[in-house]
Amino acid sequence: MYSKMLSLRFPKKIVDEPIAVNLVKKFDLSFNIHKAVIYPRKEGLMVLELSGHRKNFQKGVHYLKSIGVKVESIGQDIRRNEKKCLQCGACTAVCPTGALHIKRPEMEVVFDNERCSACEWCVSACPARAMEVSFNKVLLE
Amino acid sequence: MAKKTFSRTIDEINRKIKQGTVVVVTANEMTDIVKKKGAEKAAREIDVVTTGTFSPMCSSGAFINFGHTKPGIKASQVWLNDVPAYAGIAAVDIYIGATEPSEDDPLNRVHPGQFKYGGGHVIQDLVAGKKVELKATGYGTDCYPNREVRKKVTIEDLPYAVLLNPRNSYQNYNCAINLTSKTIYTYMGVLKPNGGNANYATSGQLSPLFNDPYYLTIGLGTRIFLGGAKGHVIGPGTQHNPHAPRGKNGVPLSGAGTLMVMGNLKEMDPRWVVGVSILGYGCSLAMGLGVPIPILNADMARYTGVSDEEIYTRIIDYGNDYPQGEAKSLGQVSYGELKSGLIRFNGQEIPTVPISSYIRALEIATTLKEWIEKGEFLLTHPQEMLPTVPPPERA
Repeated sequence: MYSKMLSLRFPKKIVDEPIAVNLVKKFDLSFNIHKAVIYPRKEGLMVLELSGHRKNFQKGVHYLKSIGVKVESIGQDIRRNEKKCLQCGACTAVCPTGALHIKRPEMEVVFDNERCSACEWCVSACPARAMEVSFNKVLLE
Repeated sequence: MAKKTFSRTIDEINRKIKQGTVVVVTANEMTDIVKKKGAEKAAREIDVVTTGTFSPMCSSGAFINFGHTKPGIKASQVWLNDVPAYAGIAAVDIYIGATEPSEDDPLNRVHPGQFKYGGGHVIQDLVAGKKVELKATGYGTDCYPNREVRKKVTIEDLPYAVLLNPRNSYQNYNCAINLTSKTIYTYMGVLKPNGGNANYATSGQLSPLFNDPYYLTIGLGTRIFLGGAKGHVIGPGTQHNPHAPRGKNGVPLSGAGTLMVMGNLKEMDPRWVVGVSILGYGCSLAMGLGVPIPILNADMARYTGVSDEEIYTRIIDYGNDYPQGEAKSLGQVSYGELKSGLIRFNGQEIPTVPISSYIRALEIATTLKEWIEKGEFLLTHPQEMLPTVPPPERA
């Protein structure tokens, strides 16, 4: 079982087509949608966790790319500035996926970017503002 | 014949520090040692126990003298990076408070406010050696005719910069939950509705005042780790209250003792003096602070041997009760339970969220231990003790 948190950017010409469902029907994948937005200029952004057999996962991603969806791993978009992080744990109150969690018994605050859904809640909940988003907000054609 | 009980003095400890034979352990290590060997034996073996805490501590700030300008000014209003400082003291003396927001901060007008920059951030920037813009205005006098001064300063340029925190290192703190149906934004962090999370502070068994619950070794003049440098306790902090209810081990069950502390800002390290932004609440300063506890006798060994399982706090509803000034206890919970990640409350399992860093508190206790072992840090005799209550007589 392979699983990864992805951001999908839909150009406006395919934003109204049912695409995610094909991942299930054609590639035997399952998904969990964390975020889905259609912006005013009609380009779409979806953050989802895609799971299934590794081969199917690759085929599914290939399918998405072939129809013009830009696929990126979400973990690359959010990072923690380790120098700024106070290791307090306040962020764990708001993190919905457990990407930010506490490793016990050390009480170390861990950021697992593979589990991050880019909800950005931690960004303002962090007292030291250590969570940095470099989310690509450039519009797609 | 009465049983001979062991005791040692601070002078004896300092002699051992100078000789390099002192035995220092962190409060974590002491917990295990006392559990295994008992307080009497632990007292004979251990000279000093080091503690630590690293957490936002709002009642913090710095006294700064920014030096006389040419021509001179009697500053009546002063800003550092647009954060107002208190200027109602001598001509070029100011106090910058940790929670003062930047002058044009939108505050909570769009709730929850971000509070991106404030006094705590100014203090951290100074400690980090960054340039800070100073603006001062005055009404002009015969001796100080200047009406306005603007200059960029670093901590090097300041003739005097001393951190003086009126209340740090609270002995125990509430465990906060929210029993309303809406998310709230408090100084204890974000609290989700219907008891969605339980936030707590302090470093538990590592925290300074949990290890000397009756303040038998801490007072005016106690040398401590403060912001990465050596500082001092200069008295009881504001809201210091030794009369809080206590458990059998003497440890208060709610907020009790506090410390007023002081240290040279110029010697500090920005890793341990950190400006913070508390969503929907305000700006503050996270302080790193550690107190060495001299093991003068078996009682001090027993106190420093306290474990997270034996330290309790109250669960308080920050949604309904606390804002009304009626913080009533909805139940007791130990730091052992809080650190486990889940507590049980009214039959519900609630995830816990620390807002003080345990791992960095341990780093402070370990650093202080190394300073003492290397002979770089001697213990001091407190000149005036903190207000306290008598410990119960032991049979």
